[in-house]
Amino acid sequence: MSDIKEQVRKFIITNFYVADPAALKDDASLLDAGIVDSTGVLEVITFIESEFGVTVDDAEMLPENLDAVNHIAAFVQKKKSS
Amino acid sequence: MCGIAGIINLEASSPPSRDALEVMAGALEHRGPDEFGLYLDRRAGLAHARLSIIDLSTGQQPLSNEDGTLWISFNGEIFNYVELRAELEALGHHFKTKSDTEVIVHAWEAWGEAAFERMNGQWAVALWDSKTRTFVLCRDRVGVRPLFTLEHEGRLFFASEVKALFAGAPGFTRALDPVGLDETFTFWTVVPPQSVFVGVRELEPGHLAVWRDGAFVHDVAFWTPSYPVGDQRRFTGTLHEATEALTHALENATRLRMVRADVPVGSYLSGGLDSSLVAALASRAKPSGFRTFSLRFADAEYDETPYQRAMVERLGTQHAEVVVSRQDIADVFPQVIRHTERPVLRTAPAPLFLLSKLVRDAGIKVVLTGEGADEMLAGYDLFREARVRRFWARQPDSTWRHRLLERLYPYLTRSPVSQQALTRQFFGRGLERAKHPGFSHETRWNGTAALKRLFSPEVAAAVAGFDARAKLLASLPPEFASWQLLAQDQYLEVRTLLSGYLLSSQGDRMLMGNSVEGRFPFLDREVMALANSLPATYKLKVLDEKHVLKRVARGLVTDEILSRPKQPYRAPDALSFIGVARPGWVDELMSEAAVKASGVFAPGPVAALWKKCLTRASDDQFSNTDNMAVVGILSTQLVHQQQVREAPSTKRPTFKTVVVKA
Repeated sequence: MSDIKEQVRKFIITNFYVADPAALKDDASLLDAGIVDSTGVLEVITFIESEFGVTVDDAEMLPENLDAVNHIAAFVQKKKSS
Repeated sequence: MCGIAGIINLEASSPPSRDALEVMAGALEHRGPDEFGLYLDRRAGLAHARLSIIDLSTGQQPLSNEDGTLWISFNGEIFNYVELRAELEALGHHFKTKSDTEVIVHAWEAWGEAAFERMNGQWAVALWDSKTRTFVLCRDRVGVRPLFTLEHEGRLFFASEVKALFAGAPGFTRALDPVGLDETFTFWTVVPPQSVFVGVRELEPGHLAVWRDGAFVHDVAFWTPSYPVGDQRRFTGTLHEATEALTHALENATRLRMVRADVPVGSYLSGGLDSSLVAALASRAKPSGFRTFSLRFADAEYDETPYQRAMVERLGTQHAEVVVSRQDIADVFPQVIRHTERPVLRTAPAPLFLLSKLVRDAGIKVVLTGEGADEMLAGYDLFREARVRRFWARQPDSTWRHRLLERLYPYLTRSPVSQQALTRQFFGRGLERAKHPGFSHETRWNGTAALKRLFSPEVAAAVAGFDARAKLLASLPPEFASWQLLAQDQYLEVRTLLSGYLLSSQGDRMLMGNSVEGRFPFLDREVMALANSLPATYKLKVLDEKHVLKRVARGLVTDEILSRPKQPYRAPDALSFIGVARPGWVDELMSEAAVKASGVFAPGPVAALWKKCLTRASDDQFSNTDNMAVVGILSTQLVHQQQVREAPSTKRPTFKTVVVKA
């Protein structure tokens, strides 16, 4: 789990060019902070699918799965183990 | 249309330097290449670069009153100068020229500070009364014409453009202002009097500032946008009567802008409703040989050629076009930013710079455009978005209300954001603030302010306690809350994007960069007063934008233009700078060394962004945030290089008019 979380964190920081990683809290909403915009959501989904080999269904495109480092990591974990 | 500049002594006692005045005018040559003039006495100096449009033979500046005690340097046009002159002659004033410039001089003598509200036009004015040692700066209602000031070594410097201030005061320490950058990366522009340079102020639109005996007296608004409160100032007629009144006002505004010129006037034609209507009204006033100019895009996504050509055919104008590619945008961008003198988050100014060049090359000095219609008559998606979000806020749990957003943004239906929960996250934030000032702009401001994560630790620390939105909202007029919600949204749009971006970075600077004057019928005093008095439902009827204007345009523009959905003016953004043939300066300014040198952004994140863009070059689809980030970084880097690091201009033109009083 922590490996996944680190991978997710690293992706968010690099792909969305966050200058101050320390200020990025794992449970903070990426959409509220404007770090991920509507096209950015697609980039997150593409990352999840290509990096972890899972498929994100339309019905799973929910803030609770995609909107924070913790949420994404937990979602990936759940998909991988299902 | 011209460039103005000057120096006024505050505490300093030696006369302003003639050399400084000359290089200030030289820095503004693009604004007024036709002739140069200067006035100098022991306390004040005024300079002028002229683009001759009215009274070609005797309209030189600086110009004075009858006894040579009151001097003016003026950029712009007073469209009702003929009527004002008649009034002033009736009061006993004598005129020696046929210019609108001289009318301002006598209007000041006759009416003082109350003179400006009588004027219908677009201006930046400097007046020096050597008898009372009074100095006045004034700027038109919405800020069509620019005006900046700077204090240095006991003197006040003023100019149409910042580069002239820096040329006149080369010893002044030039630096980007973190507060100005914070505002830019929130609103897409600074909000005057804030500028992007430390120590430089922009006179607010609709303001006049006065100094006497070297001391600042006041800076006051002679006009602010104002909307109905209850039945006060409200247009009480029917929609049909409103259509007739607006038709009449626009006809008159367009006619005035055609006849108050001693050179031919042409028009832009974008293919949208506003400029098509302006071109139609203008070509009626000049039935043969009327010139129109259009911008086309090599990228089909942005191109509007069929709509333009259909209008040309209908009006029978003499038409010219320029086709703009991504490469063109990249090539011209440094020149564009030299003129904007401020960071921009879109490349949209660049094609307009190429369009004004087309106009100038065709021998035309004055063009009409449709600018202002979207602000005055509610054309933007932002107004419709605010209406949907407020409608949704009344039933926040509704499962369908937010889907109205798909009518505004068709891409939503193809995006994960069409999932209700995500839409809610993007557009449904803060629904409980639906009636608070700024609600309409929150989606835009939040999305833009997210770019501040790119700031370097130094800039981030400098703005740590600063809240650009709170500052803007604290400056709202007391009656703001009693206006209709749409009027509140319009006011914010006028205060921020219209003056600071559309009329400057996309307007005056791109036009004057090629010595072309823009004239804007929708920003006519009477048109604005009428538009602001209209009930909200005449402007935005449910979700039909510019409803009353479409009724005005019936029969004047093609049916296709009337019925097409509103098309925001856009150009290829980040993609212009990504291709293999990108100019060398792009990678240079994105490099770690250059990013460190300007100190605005953190090098690591900039490198991450740039790498991401280069790897995805073939995607052809960048996120809005990435687009704004790339254009924002490149333009900020250019502003720093061109205005902060490079030495100011020392170009010295030849002066035709010189008045020196020792």
